[in-house]
Amino acid sequence: MDLSSINPTLLLASLIVASTPILLAALGELVVERAGVLNLGVEGMMITGAICGFAIAVNTGSPFVGFIAAALGGAALALLFAILTQLALANQVASGLALTLFGLGLSALLGQGYQGIKPPPTANIKIPVLSDLPVLGPVLFSHDLMVYLALALVATVWFVLNRTRAGLILRAVGENHGAAHALGYKVIRIRILAILFGGACAGLGGAYLSLVRVPQWTEGMTAGSGWIALALVVFASWKAGRVLLGAWLFGGISVLQLNLQAAGVAIPVEYLSMSPYLITILVLVIMSADKSRAPASLGRTFHASD
Amino acid sequence: MSLTRILASAVMALGLAGTALAEDKTKVGFIYVGPIGDGGWTYEHDQGRLAVEEHFGDKVETVFQESVPEGADAERAITQMALQGADLIFTTSFGYMDSTINVASKFPDVKFEHATGFKTADNVSVYSARFYEGRAIQGHIAGKMTKSNVIGYIASFPIPEVIRGINAAYIHAKAVNPDVEFKVIWVYTWFDPPKEADAATALIDQGADVILQHTDSTAPQAAAEKAGVISFGQASDMAEYAPLPRVSSIIDNWAPYYIARTQAVIDGSWESTETWDGIAPGMVEIGAISDAVPAAIKAEALAMKDLIASGQYHPFTGPLNKQDGTPWLAEGEVADDGTLLGMDFYVEGLTAEIPQ
Repeated sequence: MDLSSINPTLLLASLIVASTPILLAALGELVVERAGVLNLGVEGMMITGAICGFAIAVNTGSPFVGFIAAALGGAALALLFAILTQLALANQVASGLALTLFGLGLSALLGQGYQGIKPPPTANIKIPVLSDLPVLGPVLFSHDLMVYLALALVATVWFVLNRTRAGLILRAVGENHGAAHALGYKVIRIRILAILFGGACAGLGGAYLSLVRVPQWTEGMTAGSGWIALALVVFASWKAGRVLLGAWLFGGISVLQLNLQAAGVAIPVEYLSMSPYLITILVLVIMSADKSRAPASLGRTFHASD
Repeated sequence: MSLTRILASAVMALGLAGTALAEDKTKVGFIYVGPIGDGGWTYEHDQGRLAVEEHFGDKVETVFQESVPEGADAERAITQMALQGADLIFTTSFGYMDSTINVASKFPDVKFEHATGFKTADNVSVYSARFYEGRAIQGHIAGKMTKSNVIGYIASFPIPEVIRGINAAYIHAKAVNPDVEFKVIWVYTWFDPPKEADAATALIDQGADVILQHTDSTAPQAAAEKAGVISFGQASDMAEYAPLPRVSSIIDNWAPYYIARTQAVIDGSWESTETWDGIAPGMVEIGAISDAVPAAIKAEALAMKDLIASGQYHPFTGPLNKQDGTPWLAEGEVADDGTLLGMDFYVEGLTAEIPQ
């Protein structure tokens, strides 16, 4: 065993990179679920975002434009889900699963010809003074824009949900859509907007995979990240801060266990391999021992005639 | 994930049920562990499938299902394919072994071919390639090219095929560079690009300047490129990453085998066989060694390839000890196929333990 070969600074820096995709996707899904909609299509929206972002970044040479395209791509797929579930009143679970299948197929189609291409590099932002700090500099202040955007999004989502009128209305729609409707709020419109936001976030998360973390396009490259994000929302009790904690735990332990393996630590590899899932679930389940619960209208179809 | 797969195949089954009527065409099915666009393992199997289509034209119809998880779901997918009227089914991952045997016992008239396994039946053949021959050549190049003397190895599952690859690469790296050290990460997946990339990054962070992979996607190549270290294409040439980071590759060429076995089914001469071919018959190919490798090293690697192909050299030639120091092969002794096929031990010098 040679723990000295693990560089904690590099480890923490890769933790943040590894957790950003699921953080973005989970934040989007959190808002969707707080509005009372269960969209199981996160995986499909992520991978669609991954290829949209990749293709546009390659063609324009700008990762920034790529990320915008990824958000639009994810939102476009989410719009399909919104039309099906909010306007056509289709079953949300079935529509979400179908969305994942559709997204996987669509992305494979869009991705023809993009294999083996190198995307334009996403620049890390140099912040004067801060980036040069020992340890803290490389860990916190030498990332790309998306990392900071994801963190800002955590704060924004928390603030909007808990401290603004708009957040209150969104939560009201998610808790009791009948009452919200009786008060005159446009339940369907609010939900559609939430679904679009969720799609855009999932798309960004997917593009972070294809443009920064891997960086390449491969069919099916999300490999279940969307499902992890979905699970994270539940285990984080629909709270933005806990989603961040969960994403860091999961991303961090995933990276840590790989590093421990490479360092030859005498813990059986099977345990190391399952540790990200086990520890993340354990911590978040213990934390949710308070009275957190799912939004009361989660997954229920709303029609004004009800 | 499995629920979506079930739905996916239910949709497929509905669509295909109508076409499952008896017809003259020989129907050949393929079960893939990853997407056909993975750029590695599954991609090459699908190239083999396309070669079958091209060779036989209208006489043969092929079907495939991609991203089939190993385990219980595989049995369902294989059964589905047999029910659709496939005459010959190739199941192309180690983890399909028991599923293949189970389904085969229910469909005695359908021929099955399982890749990289060791269980056969009257209607089940096994086939694999001697990838370790290619690993030996990679090990040689890696041992010569490394400056940090740390070689990172992304391993998938602790099965004999993967362990054999690690041993073959290590023996030949060590032979040319006594200071070489192998760091092995088991990712427990064949295909998960983000995880493969993370594993490569973890190895590079810990000083590896050569990355060998036994997973199916090109993600480790991208990670190696980003970090400026060298890598080798796995299962497919991955030439899009040449000349750097990919300096060479192992290419699996399944096309001739798939064509021959399909022909055997058409002729009615199909029999249960065990095939394990290497460089000589062309099942294992060595991808062009790029100019990033000095000419002298390239020449040595190619010389080794010729010796292996002609049968003059076997990558597992004694004296070799097992990891615990017990003698395995005496001076000049060559490993028998039985031991290689069931290989569950590291050779002397590797420091990590194999997960059980």
